[in-house]
Amino acid sequence: MAEIRTQKDNPDVHIAVRDLTMAYGSFVVQRDLNFSIPRGEIFIIMGDSGCGKSTLLRHLVGLKGPARGQVLYGRTSFWDAELEEQERIKRRFGVLFQGGALWSSMTLSENIALPIEAYTALEVAEIRELVSYKLALVSLAGFEEFYPAEISGGMNKRAGLARAMALDPEILFFDEPSAGLDPISARRLDDLILELRDSLGTTVVVVTHELASIFTIGNDSVFLDSESKTIIASGDPRELRDESRNPKVHSFLTRGES
Amino acid sequence: MRHGLPSANEVLQEIEFGPPVKRLVFDTKGLTDWDSGLLTFLIKIARQTAQRKIVVVASNLPEGAQRLYKLATAVPEKTDTHKAPARMSLVARIGVAGVDFTRGTGETVAFLGEAALAFLRLLRGKAHFRRSDLWLTIQECGPQALPIVTLVSVLVGLIIAYMGAVQLEQFGAGIFVANLVGLGMARELGPMMTGILVAGRTGAAFAAQLGTMQVNEEIDAFKTLGITPMEFLVLPRMLALMLMMPLLTLYADLMGILGGAIVGVTMLDLGVVEYYEQTRNSLNLRHFSTGLFKSVVFGIVVAIAGCLRGIQSGRSASAVGQAATSAVVTSIVFIIVSSSILTIIYQQLGI
Repeated sequence: MAEIRTQKDNPDVHIAVRDLTMAYGSFVVQRDLNFSIPRGEIFIIMGDSGCGKSTLLRHLVGLKGPARGQVLYGRTSFWDAELEEQERIKRRFGVLFQGGALWSSMTLSENIALPIEAYTALEVAEIRELVSYKLALVSLAGFEEFYPAEISGGMNKRAGLARAMALDPEILFFDEPSAGLDPISARRLDDLILELRDSLGTTVVVVTHELASIFTIGNDSVFLDSESKTIIASGDPRELRDESRNPKVHSFLTRGES
Repeated sequence: MRHGLPSANEVLQEIEFGPPVKRLVFDTKGLTDWDSGLLTFLIKIARQTAQRKIVVVASNLPEGAQRLYKLATAVPEKTDTHKAPARMSLVARIGVAGVDFTRGTGETVAFLGEAALAFLRLLRGKAHFRRSDLWLTIQECGPQALPIVTLVSVLVGLIIAYMGAVQLEQFGAGIFVANLVGLGMARELGPMMTGILVAGRTGAAFAAQLGTMQVNEEIDAFKTLGITPMEFLVLPRMLALMLMMPLLTLYADLMGILGGAIVGVTMLDLGVVEYYEQTRNSLNLRHFSTGLFKSVVFGIVVAIAGCLRGIQSGRSASAVGQAATSAVVTSIVFIIVSSSILTIIYQQLGI
């Protein structure tokens, strides 16, 4: 049933998940997950609602420990590493949460400046320039002094992306990037993700069930199934759509048509 | 339509106790209009008839109702989604409560440990938080609490003085009202009333702020950036309360004494200077400092309870409400308990 490609231990694997079982107490969400995310790829985690996509993301970004198994960054197992090593790994990635998760008591520029202040020794003026540049990247130039509550949901999300990019991360995680965005903004965000990968070589991991976005940006993926509680397909989403013989995967990727 | 619809139970009883039924047909000749009541009726009947292998002929029903019926029965009911039954046996409930308590205690101890570590980092100048946050919190929990502290303290002073006056006047010792109010406010009631007020005002606010941040994933955002919420969110709040509580308490002490003086001067005909001198003679710095030490402890208790409940909060609006409630309750419980313990310790040490 499972269509899992054999993934050799190639040196360009950025993140590897080994025998990961995720659980809340005794309730198992997904079990025996195995996949690798190559450097510079846009990797999609997809599946129907409630299958544990976002939970998997929380495991990848170090918010929730696994019930069993490992998450490897390069050769380091995140959850077995010392606290300092974990912090060092975390500093290399940026996360865009579903609602943007901007700190509501701070302005956009303060939001983006905070991680920069925390981890670099830059002067105030340099930080200000950097913040303006990051905001310009997500087409929010001029919104420095706005509070998150004063701008729209889509803008919040883009500002969240600017904050995720503040420290020039090697890996960017997106939780449902197009949720709550109008089609054009969603498309622009997709373009931005592609642009970031192409220009900076960032590895991108996207949790989504938005088909348009899956086919536009994804070049590798895993499909989580809520019934068998594990991965039932993996690979290039376009190939999966055209070739997968698994009825669930096929109907998901074709919206149940044909 | 509704009054025309027989209850599903009647129909089912008819089927069960009446002559054996093979087919079920609906007579819809008089049907003019229908609503969801018809569908729930159909679904209930269908569930029973399916078990008894009775054929249901639905073709008489209005077309819209037939389509909705199909839609509602298209996906079989998911059976593994039902939560565990809400009613548990007494033993099970005691067990669950015990496990919850143990886990809660563990979390609290871990939180206290982390808070202590964060405090040590602060003392070594390594803690990371924004000074502007500290000032903002100081502003919110200090000066802005003055009106309510004034009102409550003056009235509490007044009440003690009244009650004391009635008793002490019988011995002609009305002047000792000043001692009663002064000592009572400085040692016990000043810190305790301020602590409870701050718990309701500021502790609840802390829990609601952090709880909402939890809902918005703002706390997660801190964690993924390697900034510990403990340093960035809890430490400034704890510091602000540790600084503001003694000041508010001192203010409350003075306001309470003022309240006592109002009674002394108006009801007992004592002179203002007389009352003042009596108060001064009865109080010394030690009395104030024991109360102020208590207030620092209460400040820490309120800050920790508020922040702990906020960070533990679930991800929904009602969870934030519960967090705020729980923060106030926890604060007040620990204020009263720690106040009693400190009073006993003072007594034993003779201070």
